[in-house]
Amino acid sequence: MTTYLFYFLSFLAIMFALMVVLSKNPIHSVLYLVLTFFAIAGHYVLLNAQFLAAVHIIVYAGAIMVLFLFVIMLLNLNKETEPHKSIWLKGMAAVASGSLLIVLVGSLKNAGQMQAAAPYNGSIGLIENLGKTLFHEFLLPFEVASILLLGAMVGAVMLGKKSIK
Amino acid sequence: MQIPINWYLLLSAVLFTIGVLGVLFRRNAIIIFMSIELMLNAVNLLLVAFSSYLSDSKGQVFVFFIMAVAAAEVAVGLAILMSVYRNSKSTDINSLNKLKG
Repeated sequence: MTTYLFYFLSFLAIMFALMVVLSKNPIHSVLYLVLTFFAIAGHYVLLNAQFLAAVHIIVYAGAIMVLFLFVIMLLNLNKETEPHKSIWLKGMAAVASGSLLIVLVGSLKNAGQMQAAAPYNGSIGLIENLGKTLFHEFLLPFEVASILLLGAMVGAVMLGKKSIK
Repeated sequence: MQIPINWYLLLSAVLFTIGVLGVLFRRNAIIIFMSIELMLNAVNLLLVAFSSYLSDSKGQVFVFFIMAVAAAEVAVGLAILMSVYRNSKSTDINSLNKLKG
């Protein structure tokens, strides 16, 4: 049962990711990417990372993709204004990424034997254990991440101003 | 734990490669941004898979930080893209091949 669910979610994720790259209309690409994020969130639930699945949907599909949609609609991009590369460049891009895939798969060919250091604990994805790890060992990166978000917000507002005096 | 880890390795490698294909394939800067987000998501999936297999919650906490950094990067990147569009009236990355404005 888990295997069939894994196959189904993987097929969805790969198909929607290919449609993101290959579709002509940018708005279709954004919508396919939202569907890819939902498939990946399904994988998170399969791995018992429940809190991360919810946060993934809220942050990525709820905030980042809405930002992309706003920018595309603001710039008024549609199918006719889309630039295209020549067929030779597209072929070379496919060859380059295909060889990257071959290298990655070939290097991971014998990577099946992995011993877990501790017995399987299914509750590490729950918010209580995540919170304990986050606030005990990762407290400094947590606070620094808030400064990073403040800096990004200031930078985005500065860059969005119309006139540069 | 019925699914072996190398299936997740393979899935993450395929998603990452599709992201690389998107960066090389398209000339529109927004589609390139979305392919970079796809690459980040492939890495997130692999981190969560390993965290679940080794029963270690540090992998999932690292995914939090990757998501925070990705959100900040998207905000600033799209602001830069809007400035570039205001100057050159197109999102084509081939129009940015000269350093002079």
